[in-house]
Amino acid sequence: MIGLEIHCQLTNLNSKLFCPCKANYRGFEINENICPICIGLPGSMPRLNQEAVKKATIIAMALNCSTPEKIAFFRKNYFYPDLPKNFQITQLNIYGDTSVGGTGSVMVGDKKINITRIQLEEDPGRLIYEGSSSKNQITLVDYNRAGTPLVEIVTEPDFETPKEVRDFLNILSDILENLGVADPSLEGAMRADANVSIKGGKKVEIKNIGSFHDLEKAVHFEITRQESLHSREIEIIQETRHWDDKRKITVSSRSKEEELDYRYFLEGDIPWVIIDPATKTKLISEMPESIVSKKERYVSKYHIPAQVADVLSSDKYYSDLFEDSHTESNAKEIANIITTDLMGLVDTREKREASKLTPHHLKDLADSIQSSKLSRNSSKNALHEILKTGKDLSIIIKELDLGNVSDESELSGIITQVISEEAQAVEQTRSNPQTINYLVGKVMQKTKGKADPTLTLNLLKKQIGI
Amino acid sequence: MNLKISALDYIQEVKIGNISAEDFVAKTLEQIHNEDDKLHAFLSVNEKAVDQARDIDKKIKSGEKVGDCFGMPISIKDNLCIKDSKTTCASKMLENFIAPYDATVIRKLKQQDAIFVGKVNMDEFAMGLTTEFSAFGPSKNPWNNDCVPGGSSGGSAVSVSAFECVASLGSDTGGSVRNPASFCSAVGFKPTYGLISRFGLISYANSIEQIGPLTRTVKDTAFMLNMISGIDPNDNTTIDNKNEDYLSGIDSGIEGKKIGIIKEMIGEGIDPAVLSATKDAISKLESLGAICEEISLDMVKYSVAAYYTITATEAGSNLARYDNIRYGYDFPLEGYEFNSYISKARRNFGPEVTRRMIIGGFVPSSGQAGKYFLKALKVKSKLTNEINDAFKRFDLLLSPTVPVLPFKLGEKIDDPVSLFLVDINTVTANLTEKPAISVPFAISNGLPIGIQLMADTLQDKQLLQAAYALEQTVRLPEVPL
Repeated sequence: MIGLEIHCQLTNLNSKLFCPCKANYRGFEINENICPICIGLPGSMPRLNQEAVKKATIIAMALNCSTPEKIAFFRKNYFYPDLPKNFQITQLNIYGDTSVGGTGSVMVGDKKINITRIQLEEDPGRLIYEGSSSKNQITLVDYNRAGTPLVEIVTEPDFETPKEVRDFLNILSDILENLGVADPSLEGAMRADANVSIKGGKKVEIKNIGSFHDLEKAVHFEITRQESLHSREIEIIQETRHWDDKRKITVSSRSKEEELDYRYFLEGDIPWVIIDPATKTKLISEMPESIVSKKERYVSKYHIPAQVADVLSSDKYYSDLFEDSHTESNAKEIANIITTDLMGLVDTREKREASKLTPHHLKDLADSIQSSKLSRNSSKNALHEILKTGKDLSIIIKELDLGNVSDESELSGIITQVISEEAQAVEQTRSNPQTINYLVGKVMQKTKGKADPTLTLNLLKKQIGI
Repeated sequence: MNLKISALDYIQEVKIGNISAEDFVAKTLEQIHNEDDKLHAFLSVNEKAVDQARDIDKKIKSGEKVGDCFGMPISIKDNLCIKDSKTTCASKMLENFIAPYDATVIRKLKQQDAIFVGKVNMDEFAMGLTTEFSAFGPSKNPWNNDCVPGGSSGGSAVSVSAFECVASLGSDTGGSVRNPASFCSAVGFKPTYGLISRFGLISYANSIEQIGPLTRTVKDTAFMLNMISGIDPNDNTTIDNKNEDYLSGIDSGIEGKKIGIIKEMIGEGIDPAVLSATKDAISKLESLGAICEEISLDMVKYSVAAYYTITATEAGSNLARYDNIRYGYDFPLEGYEFNSYISKARRNFGPEVTRRMIIGGFVPSSGQAGKYFLKALKVKSKLTNEINDAFKRFDLLLSPTVPVLPFKLGEKIDDPVSLFLVDINTVTANLTEKPAISVPFAISNGLPIGIQLMADTLQDKQLLQAAYALEQTVRLPEVPL
């Protein structure tokens, strides 16, 4: 059995959870994105970011979680150098359902993964270790991250394999990105702890897993470790283990974290937040269309194949491009361009940021293909150029001489030439019309792929007389 | 130059040009210089105060717009942050802490051209009620230097009553404004929870404490409340009071008002002099047309226990940040592992703070919370219901502020439990978020006695009207400096 605790930073917010510092702390000098509130100076008080509450509520609703009408914040008390106040402001449900989200569920294929709760809390600072050996090691603290709004999603132990964990995390990050609340591709924006137990053994918590990729590995390692212990009849003890990133194994934590008593109590500086039905209705109306609904629409309205619709809907970057460029008549063509040609060109965050492609370009591309002004082949070259330069398609066609040869007399001349050069193939085509493609290919060769394929075929048939 | 005037009189005198802010502030600093070796109200004095006063005089002369305080010299409890000033909380832990920002109340007073003459003494982190737990030595009661001035805002009360300032700001978690006000014969007010922003007040027990003014007259308190109350985006617990003017109609009187006399606060353990003063206050209020009647509040007897449980829990959390990593005192970090470092660094807390840190670690811990912390919260909620019910029948509730007279320095310091009981009459207002005020009412054997009035939530204006009426019934002797 595997359960997850996923931490997702609300990176798209302007400010931290309790102060005006930036929620996206990346790119700052060390200890530059800080103020008296987020470093917990004497006399400072938390100032709740209402927008963060809304975003967290939207996440809860998108994961089909119950959302209470009143939410509260609690203090989790423990000493740690990355915690400026030596307590973390967080939420919990032990004194009634006061967390931003209650029980919910997400479908992963045909399997239902249950959500235990969703809570809104502050991220601690970041520890930087320096020094070569444990003897001269020093710990430095960067508080730029301290106070970043964090949503913790806790699942039931519903996973049975590392693959299910991986699939769930992919779906979850797609959902979060689609909601516009977070950018899961940012480093450290999504982190997870896993609870792993096998039949007959105690629960083991794995912490410090830096990426989803490693999470799958860590879970896999831990299951193997526990099964090997079990087969040798060694007791599996309840403990916290850390993922050792370098050695790719889990290591028992010597710290007594599991024995800590957090002395939870209500954070008096933040009054209860009322999220009444009217607010919820408004939030729902402002929520972007869900991935599932998008996919259904793409299939039913535009007859896009289910597999293509799946790819298109689950990536916000693609679906946004699609939504902004398609018309009733070119939707299928645009879906095709995005999922076959574009996908390989913008598969990383850096490439997407560098790309100069606009929805308008896509519309032009699809329309040109549909009106036979541009061959599919040439459209790939044009797309490359658009991404690089952002120039108008018409200019690119001219500059790179990509336009289709669709002038009948010009094409007829080329075809006459091919027929005279390929007498044997022409004979073959007469007896077996299927082989005409070889001749089409020859025409394409001569026109550098720019011949209008349909016109070429028709003219060939006409001249050969089949 | 007469320093013994009220805040409102000061403003009037400066306005009409009878005195200059510079002269008055200079004289005030002289008074501090003369009296404070003996009284020890101040932890630091603002050496620029006279220059600041001169600037305000210039503004007045040139006809520029001047803030409502007209350079009035105010003292500030040393748990309120003033930008670029030391804010020590009377603790070795913050001995060198210089606040990088202004508390909201400080910002508001600066905008109104108040002058801060200095930061005043208190019990360390506001934990105590005698000012003896200051890491920098106790303050003395101006009425009798052998006696404690009360606390924790002892320096505030001493400085107001010894004419070392015109008004002061303190903080009240369980009576810390009202108790020293009563012991030093000043007016001390704790408003409805949320009426004054706490941003910049160094927290002790944040769910119940409020900043409050200490002044020479009730009218001055109303004036100060006008200056510093109101909603603040930096404190999410503040209430919008729609710029209420607490001075207007302060002389409305109390005819026909129903006043409940809390039986549990005039019973066992009360000093006979305090009891007789209380009875005198009741008959004076009745003669003004108020209707007084005794009321029993069952939960009051549990209030002190609940108060110490809740405050210790919150203090344990609020003071956890003093790990000497981001700020603090000189203490080399090298060679320590984190846990051993903080446990060593935190030994700089004084005995009372340490005591409450230990209690605060225990009463909310798992296995104990049900017996202590959660039970205390239940008392708080039952007490609130009881008080709310009482305010359905009464406009005001009355008791002595403190059941005993100011006692000798050192007399109770080693007996924390008997010290805790001195809080019995004041903690209820904090636990129930109600406004309460201590009005100087009598002097017995040269020692002051204050009467406490309490009103319902956001009835602060009505409370000040009643306090004003009570104040007008007596004329008290001058402090024998």
